[in-house]
Amino acid sequence: MRTDTADVEQPAADPAFQYLSLGRKLKNNAATVVFTAAFLIAVVPLLWVLVTLLQRGLPPLLNADWWNHSFYGLLPSDFGGGIYHALVGTIEQALVCALFSVPLGVTVGIFLIEYGQNSRLAKTATFMVDILSGLPSIVAGLFIYALWITTFGFDRSGFAVSLSLVLLMLPLVVRTTETMLRIVPDELREASYALGVPKWKTILKVVLPTALSGIVTGVMLGLARIMGETAPLLILVGYSRAINFNLFEGPMASLPLTVYTARKTSTEAGEYRMWGAALTLVLLIMLINLLATLISKFFAVKTK
Amino acid sequence: MAKRLDIKDLNLHYGKFHAVEDVTLQVQARSVTSFIGPSGCGKSTVLRALNRMHEVIAGARVDGKVLLDGEDIYAPSVDPVQVRRTIGMVFQRANPFPTMSIRDNVVAGLKLTGEKNKKKLDEITERSLRSANLWEEVKDRLHKPGGSLSGGQQQRLCIARATAVQPDVLLMDEPCSALDPISTLAIEDLIAELKKDYTIVIVTHNMQQAARVSDQTAFFNLRAVGEPGQLVEIEETGKLFSNPNQKATEDYISGRFG
Repeated sequence: MRTDTADVEQPAADPAFQYLSLGRKLKNNAATVVFTAAFLIAVVPLLWVLVTLLQRGLPPLLNADWWNHSFYGLLPSDFGGGIYHALVGTIEQALVCALFSVPLGVTVGIFLIEYGQNSRLAKTATFMVDILSGLPSIVAGLFIYALWITTFGFDRSGFAVSLSLVLLMLPLVVRTTETMLRIVPDELREASYALGVPKWKTILKVVLPTALSGIVTGVMLGLARIMGETAPLLILVGYSRAINFNLFEGPMASLPLTVYTARKTSTEAGEYRMWGAALTLVLLIMLINLLATLISKFFAVKTK
Repeated sequence: MAKRLDIKDLNLHYGKFHAVEDVTLQVQARSVTSFIGPSGCGKSTVLRALNRMHEVIAGARVDGKVLLDGEDIYAPSVDPVQVRRTIGMVFQRANPFPTMSIRDNVVAGLKLTGEKNKKKLDEITERSLRSANLWEEVKDRLHKPGGSLSGGQQQRLCIARATAVQPDVLLMDEPCSALDPISTLAIEDLIAELKKDYTIVIVTHNMQQAARVSDQTAFFNLRAVGEPGQLVEIEETGKLFSNPNQKATEDYISGRFG
């Protein structure tokens, strides 16, 4: 005797769904191959750079002197010494640059989103920021040279470098602030207004804290980017093998400048310094990116 | 102190678009008034004009008078920030401040306008949360973020936040439209209690809700899309739903609209 369940297992009509056709299987496989290959092609140079950097740059870094000594008193052909002077220079120049770019850039971003909206001033500012963000770093260097050194008559210095880096970092900070403020929902602003909170206080206490995580991340990434800039350094400050804490006076080393200078001395020690400084720079930038992730997690809006 | 509202010849524009035409109505102190009507008829726009939130939108314009116990809130000398302090608002979507704890959300209006006394803020937190029927649910986690609450709780948090500054009037823009029936009931019960102390105006798409909570109901309509919205009639709620004066109202409430 046939049961009802047996009937259910027998299809009553032709199946509505067909098997995957051979053509589609082939196309799928071909696409998979193409995408995987593109990924590998993109990743190989990246890994290659990292491996080369580690191979050649790691030995100097394993020496304790590398982190707390300069090259002061050493000949270009001497091994030993360290990168401390260049770390000091890079970090000081970047921090002073941030000191100018961050307040200025965040303020401009707030103006553009919260006050300017579609005013002519805001449109002009946006246009200028667009131009600035496409500015080649060598031009930023030349401009500061013409303004700060030729026109105002100051000496070449680490501070001049900081000024040129401001031109490069400012558009990054403005952009980040704009983007982050734009994604703060208007409902939050309205909720605050409806409580009788003035606009400036709404921006300061409601809008900015909500956007803070993104702004801080953007600033850190901008900082990481300008640390690797080299062109303005070549124009605006002399290289020094000694430690110089003073941004306003005398030659000052930095990591990119050390790489550049060491490459010019065609000695084995020069190569040792060059790769060491290059790896140090990459590690410093990686550290900052890592810090950016941590900071953004710390400031992120919490839901638990 | 609850106060009455008199709206006289109110005309509202968004840029060149005439959104609402010639609205005149009265809202008694310690009463609940519902605004009902089809989408786009301008009821939310009128509500937002009652605490000067309409002008926050770029290009928005207001003509006419809104009197709060006889004082025109649109008089040139009046500071809109003070008006909003006096006439609070609850929005369609719960919008607690994501960076603040439950407690800080409740007292945000006070803290952001300069109140620092911790003891006073704690008292107001408890009182406002109790009046919003939320205290028992959150009293052990006041320091947790406002976003950690459920949708219905968040909306009650927003009501607590609005009442913490002790406004004279409370405006509610479809406060239950995103909530389930149980949370809706909780908020409707709350409205009935808040009525003792506040003048309440509520916009709702839910006619049963208007019938349940309000003392008087205003029906808004528009002649056609692109035309300004108008007030068709305002009537005691029982009368409006059982025996409206206008044919359009009857069509709308009986579902024979359009």
